[in-house]
Amino acid sequence: MSGIHDFTLASARDALKARKISAVELTNAYIDAIERLDGRLNSFITRTPDLARESAKAADAALAKGEGGKLCGIPLGIKDLFCTRGVRTTAASKIIGNFVPPYESTVTSNLLRDGAVFLGKLNLDEFAMGSANLTSAFGPVENPWKRKGSDAKLVPGGSSGGSAAAVAAGLVLGATGTDTGGSIRQPAAFTGIAGVKPTYGRCSRFGTIAFASSLDQAGPMARNLRDCAIMLESMAGFDARDSTSVDTPVPNYEAALSRGVKGLRVGIPREYHADGMPAEIEALWQQGIDWLRAAGAEIVDISLPHTKYGLPTYYIAALAEASSNLARYDGVRFGERVNHGGSLDELYEATRAAGFGDEVKRRILIGTHVLSSGYYDAYYLRAQKVRTLIQRDFLNAYENVDVILTPTAPSGAFAQDEKPTDPVQMYLNDIFTVPASMAGVPALSVPAGLDAHGVPLGLQLIGKFFDEETLLAAGHVIEQAASFNHRPTIHAGVSA
Amino acid sequence: MSYRITGNTGEWEIVVGLEVHAQVVSKAKLFSGASAEYGGEPNTHVSTIDAGFPGMLPVLNQECVAQAVRTGLGLNAQINLFSRFDRKNYFYADLPTGYQISQFAHPIVGTGKVIVDLADGSTREIGVTRLHLEQDAGKSIHDQDPTRSFIDLNRAGVCLMEIVSEPDIRSPEEAGAYVRKLRQILRYLGTCDGNMEEGSMRADVNVSVRKPGEDGFRTRCEIKNVNSIRYVMQCIEVEAQRQVQIWEEGGEVDQETRLFDHVRSETRSLRSKEDAHDYRYFPDPDLLPLIIEQSWVDELKAALPELPEDKRDRLEREYGVTRYESGVLVAEQAIADFYETVAKGADARLATNWMLGDFFAALNRTGRSIEDSPVSASSLRELLALISDSTINGKIAKEVLEDMVETGDSAAAIVERKGLRQVTDTGAIETAIREILANNADKVSEFKSGKDKLFGFFVGQTMKAMKGKGNPALVNEMLKKLLAE
Amino acid sequence: MSLDAKTVTRIARLARIGLAPEEVNALRQDMGSIIDWVEQLNEVDVTDVPPMIGTGLAKPRLREDCVTDGNRRDDVLSNAPDREGPFYTVPKVVE
Repeated sequence: MSGIHDFTLASARDALKARKISAVELTNAYIDAIERLDGRLNSFITRTPDLARESAKAADAALAKGEGGKLCGIPLGIKDLFCTRGVRTTAASKIIGNFVPPYESTVTSNLLRDGAVFLGKLNLDEFAMGSANLTSAFGPVENPWKRKGSDAKLVPGGSSGGSAAAVAAGLVLGATGTDTGGSIRQPAAFTGIAGVKPTYGRCSRFGTIAFASSLDQAGPMARNLRDCAIMLESMAGFDARDSTSVDTPVPNYEAALSRGVKGLRVGIPREYHADGMPAEIEALWQQGIDWLRAAGAEIVDISLPHTKYGLPTYYIAALAEASSNLARYDGVRFGERVNHGGSLDELYEATRAAGFGDEVKRRILIGTHVLSSGYYDAYYLRAQKVRTLIQRDFLNAYENVDVILTPTAPSGAFAQDEKPTDPVQMYLNDIFTVPASMAGVPALSVPAGLDAHGVPLGLQLIGKFFDEETLLAAGHVIEQAASFNHRPTIHAGVSA
Repeated sequence: MSYRITGNTGEWEIVVGLEVHAQVVSKAKLFSGASAEYGGEPNTHVSTIDAGFPGMLPVLNQECVAQAVRTGLGLNAQINLFSRFDRKNYFYADLPTGYQISQFAHPIVGTGKVIVDLADGSTREIGVTRLHLEQDAGKSIHDQDPTRSFIDLNRAGVCLMEIVSEPDIRSPEEAGAYVRKLRQILRYLGTCDGNMEEGSMRADVNVSVRKPGEDGFRTRCEIKNVNSIRYVMQCIEVEAQRQVQIWEEGGEVDQETRLFDHVRSETRSLRSKEDAHDYRYFPDPDLLPLIIEQSWVDELKAALPELPEDKRDRLEREYGVTRYESGVLVAEQAIADFYETVAKGADARLATNWMLGDFFAALNRTGRSIEDSPVSASSLRELLALISDSTINGKIAKEVLEDMVETGDSAAAIVERKGLRQVTDTGAIETAIREILANNADKVSEFKSGKDKLFGFFVGQTMKAMKGKGNPALVNEMLKKLLAE
Repeated sequence: MSLDAKTVTRIARLARIGLAPEEVNALRQDMGSIIDWVEQLNEVDVTDVPPMIGTGLAKPRLREDCVTDGNRRDDVLSNAPDREGPFYTVPKVVE
């Protein structure tokens, strides 16, 4: 089938509605691509081709009757952090490596309600803890992009690395991601795709395995922002089962794409000019400014004074919450138990020692430390106060601007063996994405160019609470100006 | 009299504070839609939220909040419009998430007070420090397998109120009276069934000792999970004795958690020191702060039932009962309700005497509670009405009550069936008396020569002759007249 | 600055993560450098700043008191690593 891998989610949707292609044909083409390429990329932890074909048949039946939701027959990949009823859900961890949830997450329920076809569960950093998808118990994910003239395996970013790689390589039309400190935006930038982290509370967290409850937010990852908008409209919505879900109507995001940026005030935060930022990142940022200005936006210099404290604040808050959220993995009610015939405490210690990877252990221990007696005020309480200041920075800035433009990450994708040994160096990948997470405001990443090695770079837009529409409109202007139509080396549409 | 322990070095005073865990009456659990009902097959009242499954989230049950507010109001306590849920982190077999959700830093109810009545008729005010909401844990079953404990999560996530008292309690008796009073208030409010056998109420007892007049407190020990009022009182006694002995031997009491073993009548250390807990409390990020409106609190307040103290005052006022009697009558809401049905618009004194006397005796004899009393309040009321309108006399009424208990028949039916109607026909009475006097001429002359005591003999003989049915007042009157002839 | 081995061991014990001696040593270094790095928050003046608890966007919401869940024992026990009849099991706990 020539051209089937050129579909975007939107064009596939239109072709399905017009009955130019059947959902079964489309799904089979994607299953085939996964079989061809994913042995190498490792973007899937669990493939569900049989379930996918069944869903596709049902979608075709609905489409034939002129029915079906807005994602009817669209093949998607699901980050393996969303619980799926009857389908193994692992969080990329050995500790729940064979866990089969008896329930469906709200986000995936919404997608299924709208007719989506799930191709399987996508790889990620273990419990979403990582920025390179190197911490998965199911092995690293390879970025389908290559540096010019090099065969070095690049990382896809993380934690939604499997989602990013699968979308970029054309193995799925879209994927769900989750973003705690940049886990949608940074891998989107590393793989040349679009990704949206909505406002905290926009997508329900029910049934999504928690990393840091006050930060975790689901969002779409896809070829472009139109595809993201279509997915987000399905994923979002109030859910009474999540106390932090916000009861506000879901707008027509796709319609907002064409609003343009005329008269829009775009903030450029001076603190994001990080020391040692590569010149090509600076140049890309300037290019983005120029594009938006040319489209009629007004560029405003702003200050977000507490930017540099974003990362340390994030690591205290997120790891404290994680240390508590991950206490339930104890080998009693579910998960892999290690029992050497000793006491209950010995069972806990052996189970968790064997079940968690090094990064997860390190983060649980730091989180435990910052909450422990005598340290709570110095670390956790202080961090939550600084978090208030970070949020105030954004709220103050939004008195004067509508959106904020920054680079998504301080570099392009690096090679798997270039991973910094110092954990703090690794954490710096999230330096530009973490502040928006801390404040709870929405943000997105769009591909905007290639670095000197030919690897994609992204620009980040940060918006006001629940103003994903303006964010998408501004992002769409950049998308169109950048006309990013490069393809990675490994892609379903390229014969191997 | 102050309670004192006499040691070798003199007298000691005890200082006790109680943390009472009361299970909130609600249909569903605090944060999940699973049933909160006691019992059930193992692991059936369990949702994936209660079992701490990945991705599961808590949502707060409104009724549990309302119950806490009602209880706070019943304890004359401060209601905090802002409160919050924290996570208390620790690992245990029956704690599925690895943390208990509890209101640590910001409880929903602040300071209040409970007035307790002591045996000598005096009262004492015990301060309440706070009341907060929290989740119960599941149950570990240890006796089913040689190497394993079994876990049932039916109780996991059921709503508890922890009611913390000030260290105001100075004797085992006061501690018992405090728990009894608290249980009475909660039952009146309908916020806890107070059933200690099923674990609906249990107490952590904090005990320390000091010399009378000594400032400040010495190190206390916490005795966990004491599940009867008797054990609360006993454990205080033995723990205080233990501490006195340690101090008198020049030792130091360690602050620790202990268990009460009622079989051996001793407390023993529960956790070793190196395993000291560090609960790492922090606000639960899955839940928002709990903000309630004053108007809602006012609504709940307006709908509160009458509480024991108020009811007591009213019963004294409306029915002329004594302080002691009112205490007995309000001990349980059902008794007070029963009493009022009997006494309303009737001879209140008669009602009170019968209720506290023959009626309670009948309950005791049959081993029944007020709720399943063999005689309904309206039946008892009918019986008393028969006394009031002179259909039967008091002595016959006792017989009728026994018959009512046995047969369930109405008082009127029994009186008819047995022909117990009181004789008020003066002619019949006169006939009976004349016969008695004629047959006892010797006693009549003794009486007339001044042996007044014989009057009672004549009354007794007359009543006996009339099978108890003579109207006592008429019998008296007629006897006086005829003896004077 | 690295954390001392006693501290790392105590934290690991609280978190119920068993550590081999060589892991303790590696973690002393790693955790120490992360803790040093977050210490920079001490520069920030947080006088009179309230801690952020949630984003303040969602409205407090309470659930009605009805039984809507439970009675799904097979679901809650289906993933248990050592189920015994209707129960989860753990090594015998002695109190």
